[in-house]
Amino acid sequence: MTALLEVTNLVKHFEVGKGTVRAVEGVSFSIEKGETLGLVGESGCGKTTTGRCILQLERPTGGSILFEGRELTTMDQKELRAVRRKMQVIFQDPYSSLNPRMTVGQIIAEPLAVHGIVSGNAVRAARVKDLLSRVGLLPQHARRYPHEMSGGQRQRVGIARALAMEPSLIVCDEPVSALDVSIQAQIINLLEDLQAEFGLTYLFIAHDLAVVRHISDRVAVMYLGKIAEIADRKTIYDNPRHPYTKALLSAVPIPDPELEVQRERIVLGGEVPSPLNPPAGCVFHPRCPIAVERCKHEIPALRELTAGHGAACHLAETMIPTPERAGAFERSEARDRAGASPGARESK
Amino acid sequence: MTKYIIKRILLMIPTLFGVAVLIFFLMRVVPGDIVELRFAGESSGVSKETLQIERARLGLDKPLWKQFLTWMGGLVRFDFGTSMWTGAPISEEIKLRFALSLQVAIMSTIVAVILAIPLGVIAALRQDTWVDYAVRIFSIAGLATPSFWLGILFILVLLVFFKWLPPMVYTPFWVNPWQNILQLIWPALAVGYRYSAVATRMTRSAMLEVLREDYIRTARAKGLWQKLILTRHALKNAMLPVLTVVALEFAFLLGGLVVTEQVFNLNGLGLLFVESVAHRDYTLTQALVLLVAAAFIVVNFLVDLAYAWIDPRIRFR
Amino acid sequence: MATVETFVDASEAGASARWRSAILDFCRQRPLGAIGAGVVLVNLVLAVLANVISPYDPLATDYGAMLSAPSRAHWLGTDAFGRDVLTRIIYGSRTAMLVGFSCAFIGATLGAVIGVASAYFGGKVDLLIQRVMDIFLSFPLIILALAVVAMLGTGLSNVIAAITVPMIPRAALVARSSALAIREMPYVDAARAAGFRHGRIILRHMSPNVMAPYLIMLTAFLGQAILAEASLSFLGLGVSEPTPAWGLMLRGAAVQFAESAPWMAIFPGLAISLAVFAFNLFGDSLRDALDPRLRTQ
Repeated sequence: MTALLEVTNLVKHFEVGKGTVRAVEGVSFSIEKGETLGLVGESGCGKTTTGRCILQLERPTGGSILFEGRELTTMDQKELRAVRRKMQVIFQDPYSSLNPRMTVGQIIAEPLAVHGIVSGNAVRAARVKDLLSRVGLLPQHARRYPHEMSGGQRQRVGIARALAMEPSLIVCDEPVSALDVSIQAQIINLLEDLQAEFGLTYLFIAHDLAVVRHISDRVAVMYLGKIAEIADRKTIYDNPRHPYTKALLSAVPIPDPELEVQRERIVLGGEVPSPLNPPAGCVFHPRCPIAVERCKHEIPALRELTAGHGAACHLAETMIPTPERAGAFERSEARDRAGASPGARESK
Repeated sequence: MTKYIIKRILLMIPTLFGVAVLIFFLMRVVPGDIVELRFAGESSGVSKETLQIERARLGLDKPLWKQFLTWMGGLVRFDFGTSMWTGAPISEEIKLRFALSLQVAIMSTIVAVILAIPLGVIAALRQDTWVDYAVRIFSIAGLATPSFWLGILFILVLLVFFKWLPPMVYTPFWVNPWQNILQLIWPALAVGYRYSAVATRMTRSAMLEVLREDYIRTARAKGLWQKLILTRHALKNAMLPVLTVVALEFAFLLGGLVVTEQVFNLNGLGLLFVESVAHRDYTLTQALVLLVAAAFIVVNFLVDLAYAWIDPRIRFR
Repeated sequence: MATVETFVDASEAGASARWRSAILDFCRQRPLGAIGAGVVLVNLVLAVLANVISPYDPLATDYGAMLSAPSRAHWLGTDAFGRDVLTRIIYGSRTAMLVGFSCAFIGATLGAVIGVASAYFGGKVDLLIQRVMDIFLSFPLIILALAVVAMLGTGLSNVIAAITVPMIPRAALVARSSALAIREMPYVDAARAAGFRHGRIILRHMSPNVMAPYLIMLTAFLGQAILAEASLSFLGLGVSEPTPAWGLMLRGAAVQFAESAPWMAIFPGLAISLAVFAFNLFGDSLRDALDPRLRTQ
């Protein structure tokens, strides 16, 4: 079966006065229908730009994006407008992602009217109420202005707006980064419930591994415009093969003080290089604890190590799972169920 | 720095060119035939031949692009063509009046600066007192008062209370400085007041910004002498935005001149411009508008340069 | 989720009550601005009710009472044709308000649309529009207006056109810089991602959010337009006799009558200054009130 979204060799360069910012340098992945792909990385790694390119909010410099089998990069405005209904977005900042001059009701009703999803004011109003309740808001919120609501509520409005168009794919661009931790859990749970109810597909962009772990089926790790590693979530946590992934994971604190003290931490030296001037060869080599001579000249391709597990590292095979990582995923899940980390379910 | 200068000059050229094109076509887009309109006021009614001769004389029978090239060619040699009204070469007309308008402009600027800086500083030093409010109202009034009305009021006051009128005939500065100043001070005051309005407010807010700085506050705590020295220093820092305003509000100056020369019967470029519009002397209007726009663009450019020179980030690139 | 209920009451108040309290707050906090607004209103009332309020017909000449000083019969005196100055000043506000509001509204709105569109489309379109606007901005207002008058001729409608033309690029400049900030906002991205048309995004999402600078521009333009009309009429290149217009009245009052009939020169000029002053006061206070730094969002 063809994937819902297939990205091949996506490239996005920005021309600035001083040179070219290579934000995305050959990113490839695919997402199946109903699946959630988590896209993680540090700030500036290109994950947000990737999301924007998929949505065609930026026109890619190169590569192909197939959505439901259709090539997005060559579409004209008219075709794009029709496709846009199926791909929606939830933004990071709840404070600036809603038009301050429109009421919540108007914001949600607008796509309904423009795309003709429902016609007639009464029917539309009913649909707006319905959407509001699905995201956990009350009907009277329709008359509110965004600045009269809290961050979490605004984010719910953003979700309702995305849902209004009955999309197949939703790009979630760090949807909970700007929220309080307790609210984060609520929104994540909401997103999961909606996914189950409507069969949605998510591209979940975040920098917080704990959050991503909970909601994603598969995870892709990005560094400086390239994908370092991609695998299903259990493998990423139990058996990371790319040194960068390992370093990221070791930076996540474990809420068990004894384990936390004992475990080995990987600390990366240096700073993230500027995307204006990425290093030659493997982009990670200046900071990599296991880099060899070959890494300085030869760019590692994203190779498939086992089924569904790819890593862009010359030394990927030499990565043996560290003993303590075995079963790491199950342990995290258990902690979640006990309610100890951000991904935990809160009783409503 | 030189790269910056060159870049700005290169930006200036297309704008100047665009201005020339715009003016040229504005004057040609006139509803109705220029020449016919020009003679519309003639009582006897002109014959077709006279119209044709006039057209040929002005080069209006040639195709549009040719006319444009001729005009542009002339401009490069500072030849603005001939006035439709007087028949004299326009450069002559301009030369006659240039000195006068320039002098009034300079005097107005001096008046504006003499008004704006002390007033702005005092208002800042005495913020929120009645002095401050008085200065602010004084400057807002400057924006609201038509400079030509102010001129009329000056004459009124001079006549009624001093039984004296400023001299009507223009004497250049080097011939008789006293007469010259006596004549030109009044329009300079009228235009200068309006010109000072924005500069006063700028000085005030710039001074307020600088005064808020920590080193000023510590100086105040330390005593009078420090305060004096540092207030002077503050003044220097505050001058930069003021300079910008004085230069950019230059447009006000040009506009003000146009209207006020009439009141004082000064035979300057402003009056020439008004008369050219009244007489529908398109070649003259065209030339004068171009001159004004060019002056404006050049002044802006010089201000940009001054700013760049002062801002070390650009200077030492 | 108990927190939801507490928000319910706040927005039940409704739009009109919000407006009323905003206006009252404005009057209380900024008395100068309120006074300015008051004077503006008076001007408007005078303009509309001119024929009801005025003691005389503005065009009626009375050669017997030429150049008479202010008296009980003529509160502000008469001019060289024996016309009542007070009446002509009241009717003059009609011309001033008409020209002022027409030019300001048309200029500000057209300019704002151009500016917002320019910011929205960006790239080459933006660059091109900017260059064109730059060219128009190279002329001082009066001079460009005079050039347009040279083109079109004098008369009320031509004056309105002449003054509106220089206002458009000035409005576009201000609108563009506000719109550039708005263009980066995620809600504009959301609208694009939702597949809305360009026109809808510009008009429905971007333009309403540049309301504050637009209103401030409008009040500034009003004052400038009135002044410009007065200047044009004074030069004899605006509206023509016998239309009552403040600038025109000053033209007739120039140096020759200065000594014998000063009231002819004083009152029309006073009217101009007061009107523009009021608009400027109001505009200043409005700008302070709408300053985003002072707002708690």
